[in-house]
Amino acid sequence: MIRRKLEESFFRVLMVLATIIVAGSFFLIVGTIFYKGMPFMNWDMVTKIPGGGFYIGKEGGVLNAIIGSLYVAGGATVLGLIISIPVAIYINMYMNGKNYVATGLRIAFDVLFGIPSIVYGAFGFFIMIYLGIRASLLGGILAVTLLVIPILVRTLDEVIQTVPKELRDAALSLGATRWEMSKVVLRQILPGIFTAILLSFGRAIGDVASVLFTAGFSDNIPTSLHQPAATLPLAIFFQLSSPIEEVQGRAYASALILTIVVLIITIFSSVLAKRFSKNKIQ
Amino acid sequence: MFRLLKDKIYSKLMLVFTLASVSLVLLIGIGLYYKSLPLLHKLSWGTLLTSSEWRPLKGLFGFFPFIMGTLWVTAIAIIIALPLCLLTSFYITEYAPARIRKILIPFVNLLSGIPPVIFGVWGVLFIIPLIQNHIAPHFVEFSTGYSVLAGGVVLAVMIFPLIVSIVCEVLMTIPHELKNASLALGATKWETIKKVLLRKAKPGIIAATVLAISRAFGETIAVLMVCGNNVAVPHSVFDPGYPLPALIANNYGEMLSIPMYESALMFAALLLFIIILLFNIISRLILVRLERGLSE
Repeated sequence: MIRRKLEESFFRVLMVLATIIVAGSFFLIVGTIFYKGMPFMNWDMVTKIPGGGFYIGKEGGVLNAIIGSLYVAGGATVLGLIISIPVAIYINMYMNGKNYVATGLRIAFDVLFGIPSIVYGAFGFFIMIYLGIRASLLGGILAVTLLVIPILVRTLDEVIQTVPKELRDAALSLGATRWEMSKVVLRQILPGIFTAILLSFGRAIGDVASVLFTAGFSDNIPTSLHQPAATLPLAIFFQLSSPIEEVQGRAYASALILTIVVLIITIFSSVLAKRFSKNKIQ
Repeated sequence: MFRLLKDKIYSKLMLVFTLASVSLVLLIGIGLYYKSLPLLHKLSWGTLLTSSEWRPLKGLFGFFPFIMGTLWVTAIAIIIALPLCLLTSFYITEYAPARIRKILIPFVNLLSGIPPVIFGVWGVLFIIPLIQNHIAPHFVEFSTGYSVLAGGVVLAVMIFPLIVSIVCEVLMTIPHELKNASLALGATKWETIKKVLLRKAKPGIIAATVLAISRAFGETIAVLMVCGNNVAVPHSVFDPGYPLPALIANNYGEMLSIPMYESALMFAALLLFIIILLFNIISRLILVRLERGLSE
């Protein structure tokens, strides 16, 4: 009896410790980023482009990367939405949403979700060469769009499933076509669409491997789709390896900016998602 | 009549969108295979996978060091993450008071939102010095800290949220009756976990692990930043490694003047793609079956 009680308390302590490590790792990471990034944060960082080259110049900030990231993530999310909304509607409204084909499609999108971004990057690069596009804002947006489509489809799919079946039936029984019914449902899930946008934007803004070969890098803010664009994650990645302290500082500050942006997005989306998701994709 | 026509047109249009986006899986596979054909014509699958000779200038492409690098970091990550995540999931679902549970789950979610590059920065700033100054000196004479161990630790933290959220979800679907029956027979909570929950949640835990492995396989930037990237088969956890995704990321675009190099990198991507595709399909099938079993 004592042995069993001891075992119980032993594992209980172990579980608490494990939980502290898992939940604590979040604080450790965010803490490290804040500790290193705070000293380098100032107005120049978010309002100026790097002076004298991003790798050696000591002046300026990372405005080019901030704007570039917004362009890439925003563009990819918009393009992704245009593709994903019809797909989610088709799976649920036209295919009944419950049969084997629909299940198969869901698994396919889950699998697409699991494909690493470096593969999307390599494939995106392959397509770009095929289409004759050089590393540019457009290329980055295309590659990241591939990356966010599965996220958008699966999130929208989950959201649509939360709409009561009665609502659809009511629309149909009034003589609406399936397309008209879909419009009714779309209006119902507007907040859910917003969640999907946030999730996709959060993933898009933080990803490196997909933009590494496709978006290029530049010290300037891109003014057309065909110019190379810097992104925040790449700015962090490149500047961290610089031997110059100020440039490394820019990397730390960029990391801090990216972390704050992503945290805000995650918090927002999880507050919104709480109302919708039954089983989120991982 | 016009409305029906509209419905038809939209329906076909959406079908096209659906098919196009799903066929991405096939397109990626075919595209990568097509690009790696030049290499496959020259060297056999066997040589590519088992040879350690990596001399692109001489046309020798042996992927064994990179495959081993990937396996080392993935294995370390799973060994660290799995026990911690299982214990955490049991604590969250079985022990934690509702109040604490409500605080814990959001933190796990937040962790999953952090971008890979931030994990990489954290690895460089925190894990590397830790290994270099405090852990490695106890075991080996010298280590820069850039090692498969560092890669494994960073990866482990990255897959925490994935495993915890899946296992928690699976645990919460286990009927209360089962637990209560075990507790009523006088079993302690831990005994119930060990003998009832673990057994019942096994498929879910396997699915979560397989998913985590495939995530770890494909993770690029965070690992690349801390792994050392040395083309050699690692022999201890303090040796540097060079995982497959890091190989692609480090060399793409720069080395393309060397013949076959692009093809070799595409082959690396193809390898990753095939492995991850298989793992993902397996785990998703397990999870779908679990879900279906519950709803019936």
